[in-house]
Amino acid sequence: MSAARKRISPAYQNYLNTKSTVFKGLCIAFTAAILAVLAFVTFYLLQKGFTHISLSFFTELPIPPGMENAPGGMKNALIGTIILIALAGVVGIPLGMLAGIYLSEYSSNSWLGAPTRFISDVLTGVPSIVVGILGYELLVAPISANISYWMQFTWLTRKLLHLFPNGTFNGYAGAAALAFIMIPIVARTTEEMLRLVPHSYREASIALGATKARTILKVVVPAATGSLVTGIMLSIARIAGETAPLLFTALGSRLLTLDPANPFPSLTVQVFTYATGPFKEEQELAWAGMLILIGLVFILNLVVRLTIHSMQRNKLARA
Amino acid sequence: MTRPQLQPKINMSTDAQPTHAISDSAASGGDPRQFNRLQAIARGQAVPIETHSAIAGEQPVISVDHFNLFYGSKQALFDVSMDIPRGKVTSLIGPSGCGKSTLIRSVNRLNDLIDNVNITGSMRYRDVDIYGKLVNVIELRKSLGMVFQKPNPFPMSIFENVVYPLRIEGIRNRSKLEEICEKSLRGAALWDEVKDRLDENALGMSGGQQQRLCIARAVAADPEVLLMDEPCSALDPIATSKIEDLIQELKGEYSILIVTHNMQQASRASDYTAFMYLGRLIEYGPTIDVFTNPHLKETEDYITGRFG
Repeated sequence: MSAARKRISPAYQNYLNTKSTVFKGLCIAFTAAILAVLAFVTFYLLQKGFTHISLSFFTELPIPPGMENAPGGMKNALIGTIILIALAGVVGIPLGMLAGIYLSEYSSNSWLGAPTRFISDVLTGVPSIVVGILGYELLVAPISANISYWMQFTWLTRKLLHLFPNGTFNGYAGAAALAFIMIPIVARTTEEMLRLVPHSYREASIALGATKARTILKVVVPAATGSLVTGIMLSIARIAGETAPLLFTALGSRLLTLDPANPFPSLTVQVFTYATGPFKEEQELAWAGMLILIGLVFILNLVVRLTIHSMQRNKLARA
Repeated sequence: MTRPQLQPKINMSTDAQPTHAISDSAASGGDPRQFNRLQAIARGQAVPIETHSAIAGEQPVISVDHFNLFYGSKQALFDVSMDIPRGKVTSLIGPSGCGKSTLIRSVNRLNDLIDNVNITGSMRYRDVDIYGKLVNVIELRKSLGMVFQKPNPFPMSIFENVVYPLRIEGIRNRSKLEEICEKSLRGAALWDEVKDRLDENALGMSGGQQQRLCIARAVAADPEVLLMDEPCSALDPIATSKIEDLIQELKGEYSILIVTHNMQQASRASDYTAFMYLGRLIEYGPTIDVFTNPHLKETEDYITGRFG
């Protein structure tokens, strides 16, 4: 089939080789540039924030500027973030996982599957400020003193008003906004991880006379446990760093509150407040807060990656 | 098993009565070897099934009657009719794509898991119409155990794998679970190898052990019929022979239907053999007869390796 092979002149070959090398060089150069920028940002942050991290950051409450021991610490914000994540998780994780199970196991026979998947994907990209304003309109404003006239009309809404004696901004609304962000992420990652479970497990279980529900709960989900947990941890890392949803729902506070029916502190909003405020000591504390925040996200991602790595090594060892 | 003779004796009148005659040619009562089935299939004609009379003497556990299966608009099984005898090993042989796996998966309604599958005709298991509207499929599947081509133990411990069907029944009593687990593992000739590592992950076993575990798991559900879809094709020869011995041991208590693309295995391990081609059942009879004295030229050609 081959006629005489076309010969490439050495000059042309050199030209091709040079093009290859230049392209490779460009890739390396741009990667180095990005890494340099990242390194610069990281070290700047470290330098700015590290000096202001001390034990008091974790143990003291915010103290008004001008008083002794100002500016204090961010104990209330740290506790607040943890409580908010816990509340959001209690609602968001089960709902997200059930949605993910539906998408993966039940949706092939239903017209509901493709729209749900599409809407989930869109919702993962919704700007979080939109979620914040939505949370205000739906969860905060209706119970405010000006509008609560309409809430008096039913027993259920009257009871809700009793829950929020201090008016409007509350931690529950903040947790709800965070859950709103969390659910599509958990649903999509759950669906993807369940799809990775080999179909042969489902067939074997069905062939033994198990119902579909038992197959899903006892065989498929346990087979994917590690991957599901990493998906959940990624969603937690995401919401731990969210500021905008909390600005109009939980508002923020300088007090240590454990009751989410009040305006609720969180690390992200506290950092925002200090960084945009006029007091120098508070701004320095904001740098420290940013460092802690990034450290938290970094550690969560690191744990996720290490878990995936060790899971893969276990699978290879067994095979 | 000896090699099939190349020039079989032609013995027409007594043995050649098809019990499910659906021909539209002069084949019934006439000489079945005259009718070229491959040409008829290519023309789209119905093809009569050549069933040996020895089948009629057996008690059937599963009766397939004029069974057709469609994947969407594509037909995969054409008018299959056969009676699978109780307490014996029946093998389905045929070239790739002839519908053997589809047929065996239809017995325990595993094809329900695939969208767009339509069937006509009927299958009966012990007077229960498998595809009846009111039938409880979950209960039915407990009586029709299945072993798959690729061993698929669950990613749990060996003990949990074997007692999974018992947990479906709601049995929680630990001593009862252990008793049935030991019985099933002994029945699958696996007990001695795993008795001191029952809590280890099942995926750590070799392929042959995993397949025997799957057989133990299927047996623990106390089925009446065992459906085996090429159980040895993913295994080495030693594991294969162990499983073939196992099949012989299980034979009387269970009725076994085994799909195999390995003709030597069919001739070694089964009592009855059904030859399928292009979604149609061509010939069905005792293994000895089908392999040494096939009634049809098509069967003889396949067995001697002329096609497939």
